[in-house]
Order: sequence, then C-alpha cells, then structure tokens
Amino acid sequence: MLSQILYALPFLAEGFALTLWVSLLVVVLSLIAGVLLGVGLVYGPAPLRWSVRIFSDTIRGIPILVLMFFVYYGLPAVGLHLQSFWAAVLALTLFKTAQVVEYVRGAVASIPKGQSEAAMAIGLTFRQRLTSVIFPQAFRRFLPPWINGVTDAVKGSALVSLLGITDLMQAINQVIGRTYEAMPLYILGAVIYFAVNYALSYASRRLERRFAFIRD
Amino acid sequence: MATSSSNSPALLEIAEVSKSFGPVAVLRSVSLQVTKGEVVTIIGPSGSGKTTLLRCVNFLESYDSGSIRIDGKEVGYRDSGTRQRRSERDLAAMRAETGMVFQSFNLFPHLTAAGNIMLGLTKVRGKSNAEARSIAEHWLGRVGLAHKADSLPAELSGGQQQRVGIARAVAMEPKILLLDEITSALDPELVGEVLAVVKSLAEDGMTMVMVTHEMAFARDASSRIVFMADGGVSAVGPPKEVLAAETTNERLRTFLARFRASHF
Repeated sequence: MLSQILYALPFLAEGFALTLWVSLLVVVLSLIAGVLLGVGLVYGPAPLRWSVRIFSDTIRGIPILVLMFFVYYGLPAVGLHLQSFWAAVLALTLFKTAQVVEYVRGAVASIPKGQSEAAMAIGLTFRQRLTSVIFPQAFRRFLPPWINGVTDAVKGSALVSLLGITDLMQAINQVIGRTYEAMPLYILGAVIYFAVNYALSYASRRLERRFAFIRD
Repeated sequence: MATSSSNSPALLEIAEVSKSFGPVAVLRSVSLQVTKGEVVTIIGPSGSGKTTLLRCVNFLESYDSGSIRIDGKEVGYRDSGTRQRRSERDLAAMRAETGMVFQSFNLFPHLTAAGNIMLGLTKVRGKSNAEARSIAEHWLGRVGLAHKADSLPAELSGGQQQRVGIARAVAMEPKILLLDEITSALDPELVGEVLAVVKSLAEDGMTMVMVTHEMAFARDASSRIVFMADGGVSAVGPPKEVLAAETTNERLRTFLARFRASHF
C-alpha cells in the first residue's frame, strides 16, 4: 500500500502544484480587481458605485459551483469558449473579487472621517490621502478577513476537479481509482490542504502583529 | 498684540458667507476680517455656526454664497466669480496655506509623532526626509515633546496628542492657524499645557482664528472676540468690550450669564 502511494507521489505533487497555481492566480487577480472595484464602490461616481454594488451582490448570491458551470458550459452559448482551466480560474476569481470588494469597502469605511479631514487640512490631494493616510490604516482591517478568504480560495480550488482539471483533489481521486486506498490518500490530501492553510494563517498573524499600531 | 485696523489689508476676508444644511440656515451672511498677527476667538452657544464657519475657511465645508479670501485669493472657488469649485489639486494647495487643529486631535495613528508632522512636509512641501525630520524635531521641541518623536499617538496622553496636532499644523508654516475647540476633548488637568502652546504661538505673531469655550483664555489671548448667535455675528470687538458684564447685547448677556453660572 505504502509503495503504491510512494509511486503516486510525483503525480500528486503535480496536482498540488496546479492547486497552488490556480489559488495564486485567483488570489492575485481578485486582489487587484477587488481593490480597484472596492475603491470605486466607496469613492466612485454613482453609476460606478451602482454597477459594483450589483456585481458584488449578484456574484455573492450564487454558489461557486453554479458560477463555474455557468462560465464553462453556459458561456459557449454566447460564443465564449474557455479552456476548462481558464473557465475555472475566471469563475473563482469573479467569486473572490466580489468578496474582496466587500472587505475593501468595510475596511475603508471603518476609518474615521477625521482622518480624511486632517489629511485634507495639511494639503494632501485625494490620491495622497488614500495612499498615505487611508490605505495604511484600512490595511490592518482588511488583512484578517482577506487572509481568511485566501484560505477559502485554496480550499475552494478543489472544485476545479469537477471540470476535469487535475489539481490535488483530482490527482488524489485518480490515485484512489487505481489503488482503492481511499482512507490514507484522503488523509494525505487533508494534511496537505491543512498545512498550506495553517502556514497562511500563521503568516497572517505575524503580519497583523506587524501592523497593530493601535491597541484595540 | 495687533488689533484690527482698517488701513492694513486683511489676511483673511470673510464676506457675506451663507450656508444652509437643507432647510436649516447655519451661517447667515457672516462677514469678518482678520489681519496678520491677530488672534480672533469665536464664542457662542452650540449650534451658532462657529465650527462651520471655521471649517469653511479651509473649505472642509463648502458654502452657498459669499466669499472667503486668504491674501486676496478665493479659497474654495475659482477666482472667476463663477462659483466653480477649484480642482482637487488647487484645493489641496489652498488648504496647505491654512493649518487646522481639531477637537478630536485626528493624529494619524499609523505614524509616529514625528511622522505625523513630516507627512505634509514631504508630500506637500516637497522636503527631503532629513529636512522634514529636523523641522519635526524643532516643532516637537517647541511643544515640549522632543523626547516623544518616535512614539505612536496611542502611546501619548490626550494633551500630548493635541500638542503634536498643533505642531503638525504649524510646521507647515500656514498663513493662518484654525483651532476648533482644541481643548474640549481633554481632561481638565491637561487643558493648561495645550493652551500654553497656543499662547506662545500667539506671542510669536501667528495669525489664529479659534473656536473655544475657554473664556478666561479667550479674554487673555485674543486680539478680538467674535460672538456668534443663530449663524450670524452678533457682537465683535476687543475682549474687554465683548466680555463686559454690562453689555447691551441681550443674546450675549444671556450667553455670558449662563456661561458664568455653569463654569465658575
């Protein structure tokens, strides 16, 4: 049994690499899109605010799985054919972006109005107020929910296996299909997912302490 | 200390400024001139528009009509007289000409005391870090906090935070310093240290407009006192005149009587 699993390790490692790659893409893309849209939601003109609001509320109200199937099986009906990998990344990114938008909005809204006013009073422009005063403070409010969201993204990436993509989850299922060793392989999978997410939480706690300039 | 005089041109010129929040008129055609080096104190019951007027001077608050000029330059609107709001960049540049100290300090909690002072110096005045740091240290020394340069606001007492707030404002070398009830959020025993700093700035000739409830301080430190009621200037003059118990101004007399009853 052990030799069979050892034999499958390189295959599992490839799946694990794909899991990390999908997670990384989703996390980075959703961070960029989410911060831009989140700032638009707080400071943008009314049409932009409304659009972001509708986008975020709609996406967050749909199960990721439905979103993924919609992008992969549904969009070809309107002429948009995506490879399964990119369909999965797009769906997960949309979902994650909608969450990041809310984290950004909440974090920015939590900074008292007096901070903006003090920054205005010394003559900072809008952009300088954001980068020097609002964002550094909002960052520490943003970090904890966002890291939670990152671990969710790593776990959620297992859904891509349902589009036939060989990530860690799919690799494990395939090895089980050959060896019938379900228990040890699922435990191995759980340990790997757990290890990644535990490392992330640990890093986030370090980061939070690093940015804890207010004791509250 | 300078007193108002008609022959020196006004540094700050507020002319017939009115403002409403919906149906409520908070400022009714307020006019006030402040010359260089003057310390003008605005007193009055709450809701009389004191703080709103102060916030109009650096355009944290817009106004519906009238004009506010500093050194002849319209603050919030383009000089063309069209009441077209200045661009974001213009507004920032205009605001850098005034300093403001807030009731709730509003220090930047993620920056040290020195960092709070340096932010405007580096970002707005374009000074190098080293230069900004030495200016920050100079002003921290002036407010008696040289040893707290590297402390975060959360590590300072209220009085210390407010002194950093003052240093942050004056380090920018503003033409006018606006002080908005700067001791109201302080424990009584911390008020003195903050007022001492304001007094020393006044002695240096800093032009100041302040809103305060510290009557004794207003009497001692002001060139003129403005009494506001119902959004308008009800009385204005030297402290001795305005704070005189035998004033004929009914509103002012009521205000002063209530004030004495509750504070002495």
